Amino acid sequence: MSQELIRLTSLVMEFDGERVLDSINLYINDKEFLTLLGPSGCGKTTTLRVIGGFLTPTSGDVLFDGKRMNDVPAYRRKINTVFQRYALFPHLDVYDNIAFGLRIAKLNEQEIDERVTEMLEIVSLKGFENRKVTSLSGGQQQRVAIARALVNRPKVLLLDEPLGALDLRLRKDMQNELKRIQQAMGITFIYVTHDQEEALTMSDTIVVMDKGKIQQIGRPEDIYNEPKNAFVADFIGESNILDGIMLEDYKVKFFGRVFACVDKGFEKNEPVDVVIRPEDIDIVSAEEGHLCGTVTSVTFKGVHYDTIVDFKGFKWLIQTTDFCPEGSYIGIRLNPEDIHIMHKSEYSGMFGDYSSYSAEYDEIADAEGSEDEA
Amino acid sequence: MKKVNRIFTVIVFIFLYIPMIVLAVASFNKGMDIAVFQGFTLNQYRELFRDDDLLRLLGNSLIIAVISSLIATVLGTVASLGIHSMRGRLRSAVMALTNIPMTNPDIVTGVSLALLFAFTGVLLRINSVLGFWTLLIAHITFSLPYVILNVMPKLAQMDPDLTEAALDLGCTPVQAFFKVVLHEIMPGILSGALMAFTMSLDDFVISYFVTGSGFVTLPVEIYSYTKKPIQPKVYAMFTLIFVAILLLMVTMNLLQARDSSKKLRRKEAHR
Repeated sequence: MSQELIRLTSLVMEFDGERVLDSINLYINDKEFLTLLGPSGCGKTTTLRVIGGFLTPTSGDVLFDGKRMNDVPAYRRKINTVFQRYALFPHLDVYDNIAFGLRIAKLNEQEIDERVTEMLEIVSLKGFENRKVTSLSGGQQQRVAIARALVNRPKVLLLDEPLGALDLRLRKDMQNELKRIQQAMGITFIYVTHDQEEALTMSDTIVVMDKGKIQQIGRPEDIYNEPKNAFVADFIGESNILDGIMLEDYKVKFFGRVFACVDKGFEKNEPVDVVIRPEDIDIVSAEEGHLCGTVTSVTFKGVHYDTIVDFKGFKWLIQTTDFCPEGSYIGIRLNPEDIHIMHKSEYSGMFGDYSSYSAEYDEIADAEGSEDEA
Repeated sequence: MKKVNRIFTVIVFIFLYIPMIVLAVASFNKGMDIAVFQGFTLNQYRELFRDDDLLRLLGNSLIIAVISSLIATVLGTVASLGIHSMRGRLRSAVMALTNIPMTNPDIVTGVSLALLFAFTGVLLRINSVLGFWTLLIAHITFSLPYVILNVMPKLAQMDPDLTEAALDLGCTPVQAFFKVVLHEIMPGILSGALMAFTMSLDDFVISYFVTGSGFVTLPVEIYSYTKKPIQPKVYAMFTLIFVAILLLMVTMNLLQARDSSKKLRRKEAHR
């Protein structure tokens, strides 16, 4: 339905011999909201900077509308960027910051005025024209940065963790705001974040990256429901990942028991990774359960309880609204659609075991993610 | 402890400023004897402004100070940009090379510059090479590190994304410098220029070695005064120079204070 706008082919980026991007192949459609998602150091910001023209790839091509753009400098690309720390010009007021790009393009003052006024309205900053940007709050500075980029009517807007510095409440508001602006203006957004929830909420397409490689490309639902490997399964949401054997189509064996599932197309008796999302698991009495185990820890999380259950030494995370006290012996049931099968990968065995579970896993993950990327 | 500190500070200031005060008082003295104040007069100042020789020397000093500080500021700013874009070991090596001339004793710098000029003079077969141009080159040389030292921290403080933001919005690298970077590092450039100016104005040692009889600056000429009885009008000139430098330094400090309070407010606004 939509037209291809940007294509990256076998893109490789090396810094001092260290490979930061490893043969990235990706195309981005016109008017698409595409998110590059991954932990810090995965290469997502580097990819963005290559598209923006701030870095020249070591090898591979950047194509816009089918034309090779590798050597076109940033200032000649019809692309604008919203920087992580806004990078507003401190010596200019709000109006002049937004007008900056238009003045460089030498538009006449009347048109500049019309477009800046229109942008101020879109980002709800009317009346702030003559304020110093240094006197604005984080959220307001953020909106000036967005207006300053969008006023140039770029074909593509690059956003590098633009909401990282805002508090949770403001972040949620800005997520909706950004999505609204993107749809209203019909501009392609390429968005970099380490926040999986943000990516799931806003994107048309998510590109999950790790170690300079693309791990999976897909719609948010596909990425969540059909993760390709243990890394994706673990990074997007919480996952219990276990070793299993695919006996035949629709039949998988783990924990010495055969379960019905909805996956097919694997080799006979192929060793696989089995993913079970913590919120898909139904808790039943021990007699009715497919599997039985002992609750070892319960943490109240507001909407649900994080319950850790020990099944034969392997600890699962179960998110449930039913309270099961610590030490109780419970059973679980798994429906075929709750079980997702993945091929073995280099990430197998690295994720999905909650033996070293800590109630603060969210906070820890956030703290790691918020570190600046090199 | 606080009291002791305060007393020490007062003593230090007395030691620093008593000579200046004595000089200023002497410049308004009617009598010739510096030890006896015989009444207030502005005669010395009148005398001073009638002395074309002294005024010409002051003019020479100002010309050299203005031209050398301007050139040093432009060169120093360009050099800072270059050094700033370097990385790692190369950068620290270049910074060390920049700092050495500042710690090098003036006498050594003066003699080596004099030798270099003499050598070049011989090579180019110029008879008396020392004069305005050698003086200018020498002054640019020794004030350059001060400009770099003032501009570099401003570049380091600047958000590196600002340049990229300018490029992103369509600026060529040159436009990005003049429209964005220059504004950010201006306080550093100004204080560097002021420092270069004052360094040039009061330099004696280096100037003494690199100037010829054709073009003499005030400090070099005044040095010779110490060998014969000093005329009171010189006191008047010293007082004027002291006041001028004082004003310049106060301006410089005010500029810096304004700059840092601006930054403080910016930081608070971020919270």
